[in-house]
Amino acid sequence: MATTTNPFVFIGCVELRQALDWHALDERELMDRLEDVPADSIFYHTHGYFLRHRPLTTAYGNDFARWAAVEVRDQALAERLAVVDPFESRDLESLRQELVTIVHDHLRELTAVPRAEPPGVFHFQQSHIVTVELGPRATTLAEFHDGLAGVDASAIYFHMVEARARLGRPSGDFAEWMRTSLGLAALAERIERIDTFMTSLERVRARVLRLVDQALEAQDG
Amino acid sequence: MTRLDDYRHVAPPGVVDIILRLTERVRGRRVLHLSGGRFGEGAAEMLSTAVPLLNDLGLDTRWEITGGDAAFYATSSALRAALEGAERGLADEALNHYVEMNRINAKKLRLDADVVAIHDVQPAPLVAHRGDGRWLWRCHFDASRAQHRAWSFFGQIISQYDAAVFSLPEFGRRLSVPQYVIHPAIDPLSEKNREIGPRDVTTILGALRIGQDKALLLQVGAFNRAHDPLGVVNAYRLVKKHYDVRLVLAGTAGDDRESLDVLADLRQAAHHDPDIVVLELPPEAHRQINALQRAATIVLQKSVHVGFLSAAEAMWKGKPVIAGVGGGLSQQVINDVTGYVVHSVEGAAFRIRHLLNNPELIARMGAAGREHVRRAFLVTRHLMESLALLVHLTE
Repeated sequence: MATTTNPFVFIGCVELRQALDWHALDERELMDRLEDVPADSIFYHTHGYFLRHRPLTTAYGNDFARWAAVEVRDQALAERLAVVDPFESRDLESLRQELVTIVHDHLRELTAVPRAEPPGVFHFQQSHIVTVELGPRATTLAEFHDGLAGVDASAIYFHMVEARARLGRPSGDFAEWMRTSLGLAALAERIERIDTFMTSLERVRARVLRLVDQALEAQDG
Repeated sequence: MTRLDDYRHVAPPGVVDIILRLTERVRGRRVLHLSGGRFGEGAAEMLSTAVPLLNDLGLDTRWEITGGDAAFYATSSALRAALEGAERGLADEALNHYVEMNRINAKKLRLDADVVAIHDVQPAPLVAHRGDGRWLWRCHFDASRAQHRAWSFFGQIISQYDAAVFSLPEFGRRLSVPQYVIHPAIDPLSEKNREIGPRDVTTILGALRIGQDKALLLQVGAFNRAHDPLGVVNAYRLVKKHYDVRLVLAGTAGDDRESLDVLADLRQAAHHDPDIVVLELPPEAHRQINALQRAATIVLQKSVHVGFLSAAEAMWKGKPVIAGVGGGLSQQVINDVTGYVVHSVEGAAFRIRHLLNNPELIARMGAAGREHVRRAFLVTRHLMESLALLVHLTE
């Protein structure tokens, strides 16, 4: 079994939320604010949705879709926003443009701008991620498997979402480590292909573990 | 004394370990909390759980309280009410005295710390006497509808802080300093929330003279219009036409005119219907509230704009909650998953009947609510985010 001198360090994270002085009461305001809010706010309301929401929560895919469905009760816009896959966007500015375009095109079809009742104002936020090192470091694939199985779910978010979308590591940390430190390019590619959209962190963990299990069995065989 | 390790069996897996790792990052920093009192809900309830835990983890965390004369208490109380949106007269002389009392308090207090957290209104002007260290204002109430005069005075005080922390983004105001958001939390091991067995529940309800022979609808909250107990009575009456249920309204009554009027109306309603029980309980009746919530079939929290944690407490006991749209309740209750968010008396009645007609939903929503609270509204999550803020402010 391959051992590396560059161990994998599991990083857990806590999301510190910051309220911004940007609000939207109707869909036109939502579109206008989407154009201007900091990119970190776009990240918080799209990618960050997966850290905050668990399987129990009704899945809308992002906070904008949830707001359109629950507060404005505009199901058509909610559906159009819900299918935006933040993991497919090249970067946060592309994601912002996609969201703005969807709201813009939707409003063109309407004669009146749908709005929420006052308690349902959309409050833009952003987050600061505070990280902590968790658990023992992994120097082999087996150690990685054991570490991943027991680590807090926020580590899945950090290595699979935060690393890709905000830290400029497009492969994600798991795949990158397997490719560069263990020389397991095929396994890395399979992990890269895991669909992290509209699922839970626990399901992502289970899928990575299954792929690692298969690779370990193949090594043993 | 409760220790952090005791929360391992109730908190989500891994959370206690993250707290321990965050603690290592801030070890050696001195934190001072200042509030207006040691008892009651909000700041005092949160600090009485968090401060001993943080000290037990080896963090130098102090909690001091401030006080003053009768005029000081009257003004800070009126200012707090005005910041929450109530009409209150605030004379310049009274506000000057409020500031002056804080100047006197500043001389008596040791304010040196790496982070000073000032809770709510009473000690807020202490910031004028700040030394080194980061100062943050922790607001435990909804300041979004503050009276203009109150906020134009108070906002100038808050602008002297390094940051503010609100319970929800919608509870904040336009400020020149960063506003962080940390939801309040319940302590699952406190007297109000810890497990108690069915036999104890029966004993406690017996002492309160509440039978368990029919489905129990419960609302816990102060007897004032903000909690809309009369709306709950009207919803109960709509349900009572079809189901033999009992309604218990448990809470405390203030001595203001509005509370007295509401209480009189409730007693009048209870006088004509033995299945309406109005229970006036002292603020420290935590065990009784615990037992009532566990005995309830459905919990209502039809608050108009208050009552942040009451729904979380009920959901932690595995109860579906029918909540109004105000006071952050819609943040806690996931509509159609852990209960229902309603906008009217009729909506509340409809949802009660819907649940009573479909008892399997009661169990399913109750279980979902408990898991939702486990993830989002336990004190462990609160500690985790508070420590993350400490890291963020001091590194």
